[in-house]
This record gives sequence, structure tokens and C-alpha cells, in this order.
Amino acid sequence: MTNGWIDMKNTDMMLIMGGNPAENHPCGFKWPIEAKRARNAKMIVVDPRFTRTAVVADQFLQIRAGTDIAFLGGLISYALQNNRINKEYVVNYTNAAFVVKEGFKLPEDGLYSGFDPATQVYNKSTWNYEEGGNLTGKAAAGATMMAAAMHAGAHPAMVVAAAATAAAKPGAPPPPPMLPPNVAYDLSLEHPRSVYQLLKKHYSRYTPEMVERITGIPKEQFLKAADLFTSIRKDGDTKKVGTIIYAVGWTQHTFGTQIIRTAAMLQLLLGNVGRAGGGVNALRGHANIQGATDMAGVFDILPGYLKVPVPNDKDFDTYINRITPKAAKPKEWDSFNYWSNTPRFAVSLLKAMYGDAASKENGWAFHYLPKVDRRYSVTDIWDDMYRGKVKGIFAFGMNGVAIGPNSKKNIEALKKADWLVVCELFPDETSSFWESPGITAEDQKKINTTVYRLPGAGFAEKDGTFVNSARWLQWKNAALPPPGEAKLDQEILARIFLKIRELYQKEGGKFPDAILKAAWSYTNPNNPSLVEVAKEINGKALADVTDEKTQTTIKAGQQLPGFGFLRDDGSTSGGNWLYCGSWPEAGPLMQRRGTEDPSGLGIYPNWGWSWPMNRRVMYNRASCDVSGKPWDPSRKQVWWNEAAGKWVGNDVPDFKPDSKPQDHMGPFIMNPEGVGRLFVPLGFVADGPFPEHYEPFESPIANPLHPYQSTNPVVKKFKTAMDKYGTPAEGYNVVCTTYRLTEHYHYWTKNNPMNVQLVPEPFVEIPEELAREKGINGGDKVRVTSARAEYIAKAMVTKRIRPMKIDGKTTYQIGIPIHWGYRGIVEEEGKTAKDLANELSPTVIDPNAHTPEFKGFLVKLEKA
Amino acid sequence: MTERRTLQTEQISGHPGPVPGMGMQRNLEVCKLIDATTCIGCKACEVACVEWNDLPFQPTTFDNTYQTMPETNWNYWNLIKFREHQREDGTLMWLMRKDQCMHCADPGCLAACPADGAIVKYANGIVDFHQENCIGCEFCVSGCPFNIPKFNPATKKVYKCTLCSDRVGQGLEPACIKACPTGCLHFGTKEDMKMLAETRAKQLRDVSGFKDAGVYDPESIGGTHVIYVLHDAKNPELYSGLPKDPSIPFAYKAWKSIFKPLGLIGATLGFVGVVFHYVFEGPKREQPEVPPPKPEPPAGRKEL
Repeated sequence: MTNGWIDMKNTDMMLIMGGNPAENHPCGFKWPIEAKRARNAKMIVVDPRFTRTAVVADQFLQIRAGTDIAFLGGLISYALQNNRINKEYVVNYTNAAFVVKEGFKLPEDGLYSGFDPATQVYNKSTWNYEEGGNLTGKAAAGATMMAAAMHAGAHPAMVVAAAATAAAKPGAPPPPPMLPPNVAYDLSLEHPRSVYQLLKKHYSRYTPEMVERITGIPKEQFLKAADLFTSIRKDGDTKKVGTIIYAVGWTQHTFGTQIIRTAAMLQLLLGNVGRAGGGVNALRGHANIQGATDMAGVFDILPGYLKVPVPNDKDFDTYINRITPKAAKPKEWDSFNYWSNTPRFAVSLLKAMYGDAASKENGWAFHYLPKVDRRYSVTDIWDDMYRGKVKGIFAFGMNGVAIGPNSKKNIEALKKADWLVVCELFPDETSSFWESPGITAEDQKKINTTVYRLPGAGFAEKDGTFVNSARWLQWKNAALPPPGEAKLDQEILARIFLKIRELYQKEGGKFPDAILKAAWSYTNPNNPSLVEVAKEINGKALADVTDEKTQTTIKAGQQLPGFGFLRDDGSTSGGNWLYCGSWPEAGPLMQRRGTEDPSGLGIYPNWGWSWPMNRRVMYNRASCDVSGKPWDPSRKQVWWNEAAGKWVGNDVPDFKPDSKPQDHMGPFIMNPEGVGRLFVPLGFVADGPFPEHYEPFESPIANPLHPYQSTNPVVKKFKTAMDKYGTPAEGYNVVCTTYRLTEHYHYWTKNNPMNVQLVPEPFVEIPEELAREKGINGGDKVRVTSARAEYIAKAMVTKRIRPMKIDGKTTYQIGIPIHWGYRGIVEEEGKTAKDLANELSPTVIDPNAHTPEFKGFLVKLEKA
Repeated sequence: MTERRTLQTEQISGHPGPVPGMGMQRNLEVCKLIDATTCIGCKACEVACVEWNDLPFQPTTFDNTYQTMPETNWNYWNLIKFREHQREDGTLMWLMRKDQCMHCADPGCLAACPADGAIVKYANGIVDFHQENCIGCEFCVSGCPFNIPKFNPATKKVYKCTLCSDRVGQGLEPACIKACPTGCLHFGTKEDMKMLAETRAKQLRDVSGFKDAGVYDPESIGGTHVIYVLHDAKNPELYSGLPKDPSIPFAYKAWKSIFKPLGLIGATLGFVGVVFHYVFEGPKREQPEVPPPKPEPPAGRKEL
């Protein structure tokens, strides 16, 4: 989240979409309700089903799963056309005024400029800003140039491509395109190639009629919602604020990243980012999923969101040059470009990982780091195993078979593996894959996979931190010791690591140094205390480090008070720069339990600790106008104090503390531009600088915007015999989505009689009309079939999902809660069909975040 | 409110004579407020109730609903009832109502109960069952206008929500209140809860467009110590059958207010008669002989 749970109470307007917080985050949901109760805030809920969240909404809209960009694009268009934006914010805090390179083409036909159909990858060289400074007032000239180029009959993309080819030296790969250091801009926003005009043009296609055709939301309902959501900017009001709240209903698509970008763009246009009660707020679905992400639980990042090395990074300097951005902004503006500190973060990380073995001379032991040569997302790992390339897997804290997608493929993959290690509390589907339905005793004899079950400890048996959706690190104590032979994760991992190291010591190996020289200086190497690990992640001084501005010195061996002290000369170490400051010399800030809230904004500065540097709302410089005064004096977060010459406030300013408003430093300090991106340049997003509506990979219709480029052109599908995809022509014409219930937690609580009592059996939610058509009554068994598998459960016939008119065609949606499988109380009593919901879901993933499309795939439905 | 005052006994079922300790302390009535308009049906209250009261699990079956089971049970005292309701304008409502004992000011169960001390109403408004005195007659079940008390055939006793009289007696809120994550449940004095409820109902009428929003605290049974805020207080039946004008069955009212006093008078008169009979007639004298049996009455004739 840019903001936090408690901060939601400060809002005037909520759009909850792609998430069902009442169901999945009932405790946090008290704050949206508080905003309604205490501020008369309005809540709009958009979902394929009338959910528990919709129960308390002021307006509910039923949307077809996977059409969120069409809806949000419609909102953007509405806000632009009705002047429901914060103009000062848009001009100064976003790249709206920046001029885009000639040759950039909008996707009227579904493709941006630079698409190579052979590789299905874009050449992003035209996705860039123009070099050139202040063009304000020179819009007419720009327009003429554009017109001249068009008149000459040349497709702008071709002009640029030809130029690029001519410039490239034969044999050598062209240098990667860079952002221009002095960006061309037009503060009047009138330049035809300004981001603002391109944005307006792009989303002008998202008319209410088009929104209705794609999403199934009737035009009148859409216009009512658009008017309500943007009403916070009615008549030039800049005081009110609105928030957008989402979860995996947005991420689990083949364009998930772009849905979230569309939301971010809408919030930038309305001037809602950085403000109390505003922001773009991801609700994380596990107690510590934020922490897992921060600590690089994903293959393409290192801790603190540093990019992973790739094979082309020959040495540390090449790597660091590639990943450290240079400021790219209008000359007259300032940009903090905080990622320019990347070398300090990277060197400190390598020092934490390899200790004395990392030195300036050996490039900080950069060569010990693995170089990631391709995608290693979870779906790819299963695919690799299925194709025999991966021979074994450690499954900790995940039920890989049940998670899917296409669970049967994962089961087939495990049959081919040599070994499987599962650390769990219960015997789960993954460690019992050889007992899954359909595998006979005869089949079992042919499975040679060795399965190791390691008894893990439950959350209440572990200490350490949880990092919540609001980026708060909160320490927890163990409530009781693990039972029986169960062990803490850190003990299991440490003992495996030490055993592997011992083998390397004894037997050598291809590349032992990365293992042998890893720092492992815990008091108890076999079971490192999480206190020691947390302190190591925070980082410490290896030599005396002095901050020049304040003349504060941190002595060698002391904990660092913040990432401002991290150095790139090897004098500091730190496992994750974002967590630096969480455990300074004075003690663990994540253990604080102060309940003071002097501002009344729910900041609670002395409760736990949030990254970065205890800031509760990120980019909070944007909560003030250009002169440094809060947009709303009743919700003062930070402000410019002229007398003191610095930014002060109730929250910690997320900004260069002494940057005067006159310097015009952008509030979005993590972007080299310093401003929020309405247009994403170069390849930071793989599928286009502006989000475009593409149909889900399996869709009941051809995309009304461009039927011949219906789905996301850069999506890669998998190609084994088990990767099957269905079409309406084959009879797969019901849109299916999957989700969790508040009564259960993933595939875990089906082992707990209390949860089983609350919701005993798997079911499928079906609209009354579809049930009538198919002769299905509530409680009847139904069979849901996708191109991959079939799923049998009882029907829940409901009014809460209604038939929709999609592009003129009656279309039904159904929904399946994911919680059951073939291990668990009711499963083992023989009361269910022992199917996994994710046997149905397709192996197709988002090109940016690699998240599978669990929402909105196609199925058939019949009475079983 | 001090803890002792909260569990001061006011009425006792089937108990002759004055209530012990009555009238010695100030009355403060407690109340649970359920704002059905902010309930999300998460069932945290159901789980908290089962756990605090250590109630055994029971197998449930899927019944085309999110509702855990059709009705409250002897081992399930707190149940959220779910109902899909389509309004006239075509919009949908998913009404969720936490169902449990309403702790009536005029409790039908207590009126119906003949067992000495099986049902107690405390001065704070809590109506509590004392199973050790329960005779299993189930009169309370039929006396309740909300279908709450449930019979356990194994123990032959009746059970229901106690409003956590054990917790409230110690100055704590009921377990369901403590567990509620959205703040749709509140607990306090009846006066405070009534005020909070009316404020919320006004907000719903003025801001959220629910013209008929209001508070459910039915006068027909003297009010309840569990009250609701409803979007549509004119039609409480929409909320899975919340009765509009709940009432105690006439027979039980008559039992307590007419027949029981009459019976007492009758019994007293009978005793007085016996005494007078003794005074005027003296002790019973020995009868000389037993009269011979009467002949069988002919078929079809019933002798009274």
C-alpha cells in the first residue's frame, strides 16, 4: 500500500475493486466502515459477484471478470472530459506535460509501436520522452512536424525503426535506450505528443458505451459511479480525497500489472496519491506476504527491490550501471532520483551476504550471485519440472499442487521429479500428490519421487516479524513451542544449508565459493535467532561512518539508524536497505507498542515501524500544493516550514528534507523523472506505456476495441501437452473466477473442525438464471469443465451473480472458492469429489509480474 | 457500572416469595447493539461464542447458503442469518443478521418456565438459564417469540445465549462483541446503546438513502437488551424472519398473570377450607364398612 489500513478512515471516497476486503481482510475492513460512519465517506464496489464487501457499499457494479482496465479507462476518460482532475497536481507532479518521442504509436489496432510478431516482444525505443526542454507555447510547431510526418505517408514507427537500424553498428547489439536527461515538456499540456494529449486520445475510445459492451456494466450505472467517484474534484475542489483498494482480483490476470497502473494513473489525475485517505492500496493476502516480497520472495528481485543480475552483467560495475537510473527531467525541475543510491544498497547487501569475502578488489563478490537468464516464476518452475529440467523442489509455506494453475500438470510434474521436500503443518495435497484422485495403486508403483515431509512450526509457534499490507514491521512473540518433532523454519533451513556447505567442503563442486564464503555468523549456526537475523537485515557499520550534514558518527559494529548511512565503499552491511532503521543501536523499533496519535490521522508513529524510515504514507510531499501547503488543512501530513527551511509534519516527510518548493523537486522520488508516470517510458512495463484493455486469455468474446488483437500480445503461453486452452467455439462459454472465503484460509483450515463447521463443503456459486436454464437446484452436484480438467461440487444458486450482456450477448459468470482438495476432514470422510479448484485454471501469466490468470477463465457447466 | 451490580437478580422462574437481594442496588440495564448495516457476515462472533462457551462442534451440511446452519442450536447460540433480498429498484441487498437470545425485558421463556430457578432475569436485563434447575419441559422453547432456546436431547436440558453473563459479571463485554472486527457490535448501557443506534439510523436515513432505517427494540415485549439497527425497520421480517411485533403466547402470559395467582388463591382457599373443616368437623372418623362396588356401566356411557 502507498497508505495504510488505519489511514483509510481519512477518506471521502472509496473504490474497492479486484478485492473483497470484508471477506479476506475483515479486521482491516473496519477502517473503510469507519470512514463511512465517521466521515460519511462513499463506497463503490466493483466485482464479478455481489460480495460481503458489496453488502456495505453505496453502489455496487457487477463487472465481467478481467475487464477492469476497460472500466478504469472509462473513469479516466470521464475525469478528463468533465474536468474532474487536480490540474496543479497533474502538471507538476506527473509526467502529463512531458513530450513523447515522435514515432510512438497508440494501440488503436491493439499494438503499440515496435511490436515484433516473431518474438512477441516490443522494441521499446519509441516508448520514450523527447529530448529538448521547455516547449510551452510551441505546441503548434510540434503539431506541424507530426502532421508533416504523417502527410509524407510514413508510419512514424517505421521512420524511427529505420533510423535505429541505420545507426546500429553491424554485429554489436544496440545500446539499450535511455531516458533523455533533459526532457521536453509543455506546461500548457497542449502539445499533441504531450503525455496528457496522448492519454486523452487513448482513453477517449473508452466511452460509456464501450465500457458497457466490454464490462457488462450498464451505461447508466457506469456514469453514476464515474460521477460519484470523481465528485471529489467537482468544481475545482482539491480538499477531498479518494482511495482505491484492491487485491489479487487485479493481479491474477494476463494484464494484472496494467490494471494496477490504470488505477495509479486515475489516482494521479485526481491528485490522490501521497495524501491521507488516498493512494493505491494493495491488500496483501497473507500475514507476511509484504515481508516476503520485500525480502525477495520473487525471482527477479534481490532484497529491497534491487534488480537481479543477468548473464550480460559481466561484473559489478556493469551490473550497477545497468540498474542505477540517472535523473531524467525537465532541466528547470529537480529530481531526487533516490535509486541513484543503488550502489550503496547493493554493496551493503553483498557485504551482508558474503562478509569479508566481499571486497572492492573482487567487485564485492558479485560473481557469487546467480545470474538469472530467464523467467523462474512458480508457473515456470512447474513447467520446467514437467519438462524434466527441474529434478527436485523444496515446498515451504506453500501447497504447490493446490495453488496451481493447472494442478494436474503440477501433479504430473512431481511424478517426474527425483525428490520433493515439503515443510508443512499438515499432510497436504503437494506431499500427497501420489494419492491424488485418478492415480491407481498400479500407477503409484511407477512413481519414483522420494517425498520428504518436514514438520514445520505454525505461526503462533514462531517469533519474528510480520510485515503487513501497510508496510509495518511488527514483532511478535512465540505463544508456545512447536509440538513434537516440529522445528522452526530457520532451524530447518540452517541445517540444510550447513549440510550442503559440508558437502561442498568435502567434495568440492563446480562453484563452491558462493556457498563456502557466505556469511553465517550466528551465535547458534544450527538455529539462528531471528533477533540476530533482524539486526543483520537492518545493517551495521563495519567501520566508523559519519553523516556529513549532521556530523553524526556511527561507530564500527553499531547498528545503523537509517539507509542514509549505507555506503558503497564496504564500510557498512545491510540485508535490505528498506528495513534499515528498523533496529538501530537503541533497540528494535518493530517491537514498539506506543498508542499515541497526536495528529488524529491514525499515524501512530510509535507503533511498530514502517518502511521506508517509518513513513506511514508514501510520497507524502504530494499531500501539499506546489508551494508546500497541505491541500486540505484538516488532514495535515507534512508541510514546508519556511522558517526552519525544511519539510516537517505529523508523518515523516518522504522527501529530501531541505528541498525548497521553489526548486520544484518532484514528489515521486523513486522515479528518475521525480514525477508520477501516466506514461511509462521504455520497458518498465512490458505491454505498453498506457494500459490497454485486452481480453482474458480465455474469453467469451473478441475484444470490441480490436477484435484481431483480442488478448495481450506479449503474453506467453506454455506449450506442453497439458497446457490446453478453451474457446467459446468448443462450448466453453461461462466465465469462471476463483476466490477465498472468510471462513477458511487457503488449503489449511480444512483440517480444523471449527472452520469445517462454518463452511463444510466445496461449492460453486451459480446465477439463478443459469441454474434454471440447466435444471440445477441449490445443493445439486454440478460439473464444471475447463479445457484442463473437471471439478465437481454442490451448486449454490444465488441472486448475487447475474447474467450479463457482453457485447450484446448474454453471458454468465460462476465462482468457485478454492479451499478444498484431497486432504482434509471432509475429504477424508469421503464427502467431496476430492477435486482442486485450480485443476481448472490456465497456465498463462502476466508478462510483468508473472501471476497466473486465476480470474476469468472459461468453463462449461452442467448438472453432475 | 460496578461488576456486582450487573448481575443482580430481579426475577426468578417458578420461585415463590420475594427475590433474594432485590431492590438493594441501583438498576443499570446492559444492552448489545447490532448494527446490521455494517455487518459483513464474517462469523467471528459465531466462533467467539463457540470458543468462549466451550461448545462442542456439530457436523453441518451445505444448504445453498453462506449461513452455518438453519437455526441456532443447543451448542450454537450465535448464528448469522443470511438472506438475499432484491429491492423494488432492482438493486440487491444481502441481509445479514446476527441471531441470538434477545434478552427481552418481558421474557417469554421465563414466563413459561415452571422450574424453580431454571431461568433468571438479572436486574441488568440479562436472561440466563441455570441448567441445574432445568426440568427439560421445553415450555421456554414455545414461550420464546424468537425461537431461541434449544433442547439437548442428551442432557434433557435447554440452552441459549447467556449474553456472556460470566464475562459481564466480571466487567467484560460479551465474547461476540470482543471478536467483531468491523465494530458493528457494541455493548454498554441500554440508554447509551439506544442513543448510538438512533444516531446511526439517522445517518442511514439522511446520508445513505435508507428512508426507513431505524432501531429494532420491540415494545410489545417491553423492549429487548439486544437491539438492532436495520436499513428497513418497517420490515424486520426481511432479516430472516425477525418478528415485527413479537409476543409471548397468551397461554404463558395467562399462566403467570392469571392462572398462577388464581391457582395460588385456590390452593390457599383449599388449605383454609381444610382448616375450617377440621375445626368444625373434627378429625376423620373410622368408616364402619366399605360400600359394595357399583355395577359396570353399560357400553357407550362414560362415567366421570
